[in-house]
Amino acid sequence: MFYREAGDFKTSYQDDNQTFPIKFDRYRYYLVLFVAFAVIPFMINDYWANAIFLPFLIYAIAAIGLNILVGYCGQVSLGSGGFMAVGAYAVYKLMTSFPEVNILIHVVLAGGITAIVGVLFGLPSLRIKGFYLAVATLAAQFFLVWLFNRVPWFYNYSASGQISAPERTVFGIPVTGANTDSWASYMVCLVFVTICAIIARNLTRGSMGRRWMAIRDMDIAAEIIGVNPLTAKLSAFAVSSFFIGIAGALFFSVYLGAVEVGEAFGINKSFLVLFMIIIGGLGSIFGSFAGAAFLVLLPVFLKNVLVGTLGWPTDLAAHLEFMIVGGLIIVFLIAEPHGLAQLWRVTKEKLRLWPFPY
Amino acid sequence: MKKTLITAAVAGMVAAAPAFADLTFTALSYRTGPYAANGIPFADGYQDYFTLLNERDGGIGGEKVNLLECETGYNTEKGVECYESTKGEGALVYQPLSTGITYQLIPKATADGIPVHSMGYGRTSAKNGEVFRSIFNYPANYWDGASVAVKYLLGENGGSLEGKKIALVYHNSAYGKEPIRTLEEAAKKHGFELSLLPVDHPGQEQKSQWLQIRRDRPDYVLMWGWGVMNQVAIQEAVNIRFNMENFIGIWWSGSENDVLPAGDGANGYKALTFHNVGSNFPVFDDIQKHVVATGKAAGAGDQIGTALYNRGLYAAMLAAEAAKTAQGIHGVSAITPAQMRDGMENLVITEEKMASLGLPGFGPSFNVSCQNHGGDGLVAVAQWDASAKSWGLITDFVQSDQDILNPLISEDSAAFAAENNITPGCN
Repeated sequence: MFYREAGDFKTSYQDDNQTFPIKFDRYRYYLVLFVAFAVIPFMINDYWANAIFLPFLIYAIAAIGLNILVGYCGQVSLGSGGFMAVGAYAVYKLMTSFPEVNILIHVVLAGGITAIVGVLFGLPSLRIKGFYLAVATLAAQFFLVWLFNRVPWFYNYSASGQISAPERTVFGIPVTGANTDSWASYMVCLVFVTICAIIARNLTRGSMGRRWMAIRDMDIAAEIIGVNPLTAKLSAFAVSSFFIGIAGALFFSVYLGAVEVGEAFGINKSFLVLFMIIIGGLGSIFGSFAGAAFLVLLPVFLKNVLVGTLGWPTDLAAHLEFMIVGGLIIVFLIAEPHGLAQLWRVTKEKLRLWPFPY
Repeated sequence: MKKTLITAAVAGMVAAAPAFADLTFTALSYRTGPYAANGIPFADGYQDYFTLLNERDGGIGGEKVNLLECETGYNTEKGVECYESTKGEGALVYQPLSTGITYQLIPKATADGIPVHSMGYGRTSAKNGEVFRSIFNYPANYWDGASVAVKYLLGENGGSLEGKKIALVYHNSAYGKEPIRTLEEAAKKHGFELSLLPVDHPGQEQKSQWLQIRRDRPDYVLMWGWGVMNQVAIQEAVNIRFNMENFIGIWWSGSENDVLPAGDGANGYKALTFHNVGSNFPVFDDIQKHVVATGKAAGAGDQIGTALYNRGLYAAMLAAEAAKTAQGIHGVSAITPAQMRDGMENLVITEEKMASLGLPGFGPSFNVSCQNHGGDGLVAVAQWDASAKSWGLITDFVQSDQDILNPLISEDSAAFAAENNITPGCN
């Protein structure tokens, strides 16, 4: 009944090639956008923004970025935490050095700086593959965190080595710093998420995405049919790091406001983002969102149920949270190794035939 | 999946909204994660003191205390979630017990008008209340600690540290870096040589640092550690046969958990403290009677009288006294966070007051004022007795070197004020 192509005729190539060719799917997408842009900003409060939506949106950007590298191009990376740190420190240096420039431009520039760093650390991928590459990116993770801790220039010689985001405005409305309204910070992140997702979606279904996927599926075969591994792999590293850098910049400036590199961008962050795309679904933009939602919302939800509703001790709840989240991850991966995105695909298939499956 | 989760989360949160009443205090504690061993006793002490007030006195000034506990796991993101979820319920004061979370909360809590009390941690220059209106760090801060450690060593060496070598082993984070500037100034003033040895989180691997200490043979080692880092450092010091008498930790490196694993080898290890140690105070009898005997003790109830339990208790006592002061100033019993801030700013702790609370001589006497949110910086040195398995104070509470600290505090707070467009002032 739902998601049916029947009766949905296309009369131009443009229509035929759009992102959501099925009418129902397209309207669902518009509805999600409408709710996100026109309903939530009016209802949001500090708790929903800072505890739920900001981390979800920002991790979604990071997950999209890593998904391009791991899911589409097949280059395993454990350096996402380090690349997020590059984005955060880049935006901090830009914000404090050029206070008159708009913060949104700084965030994009921070993404660009991260892309350059990402390409540098992506160079070994031309020679090494698989687990060995993962180890090389792990080196990036540790090196970058060490660098930002070690060189005082990056944190403007502050006594504690913490960086804190000063207040910056967009159209006169503060979006970073303490006096930010929850809707303003939410909107900034939402705009970035939307644009990033649209860019990522279109990159991955264009010729560039096809080159990445060819490399992922079999790099020798891809080389024989004329895909240049150098440009394909490095462009994947660049685009991926660009998104991760934006995520890191927003994570520091809009969401947390003050970070300490070892604590905020440690190896745990790399694993968290990697788990997001594995649970969400490798090689799927929707999967990045689903994985981010799963790993951000579930702990908060469990905490609210166990401590808030049931009134259990906080330490017991925290330990149970680990077990439940861990258990669910295993259950999901056994039941559906291709992640939540595949679950969604299967649901769509089922819904097409519902209520008369054959 | 996403939608069902969100609806379920909504249902959970709607059901979670508790009754609005009483005086709400929050404990952003960590009973899990890498620093749990230190977080648990502090959280127990904090909680038990408020339970005691509820059971024995019926709360503070006739208002029951409602303590909301939220687990942060020493993680900044969880700390944000905890702050946002508790601030809507009228939380009067935040004590996050984490320098990272404190840095996070300083701008947020200031904008929301909720005071933060970072007792012996956090941003040192918050002592300047003209810039940091809602942030308090009485009775002592890291720079006081560093300065008193140097002062103590001066006393040991007949007033001169000329030509001595002092090594600082520190947690490589905002917390551990705090004392460096003070120690550098002190090194200039007193002519000792300072070497810095950072240890990365969580601090289980310190072989190379201690190898360096064995090679350089510093006369004294200072330590700014937390969690497992303390135990490892003390064990490593024992392994290289470093004289424990010459090893001084900050107050966060001075709990039973830190010295017990090293056994007899840790005998003589010293740590700074800004409150007294042990359970020889009348208030502990009340805790036994009203809290432990009635089965209301927090956690496992096995931490009573330990160094960090006492610190949690002290933090709760200072918060309760500030609430009483606020009730006195504003003439209402159900105070708001803004009134709580006034109470903290006018807090006076005297010997008589502590004695009447059953804590005679437990901490230094001090006054808080708008200009000085940090107390007088009175710090004592405690020493570990491995055979008796107890800490004992070996000095009085001595004041830090204000000549070194005051310029540093004005410099750092002025930088913060300039960065955030704050005009310093008391109104």
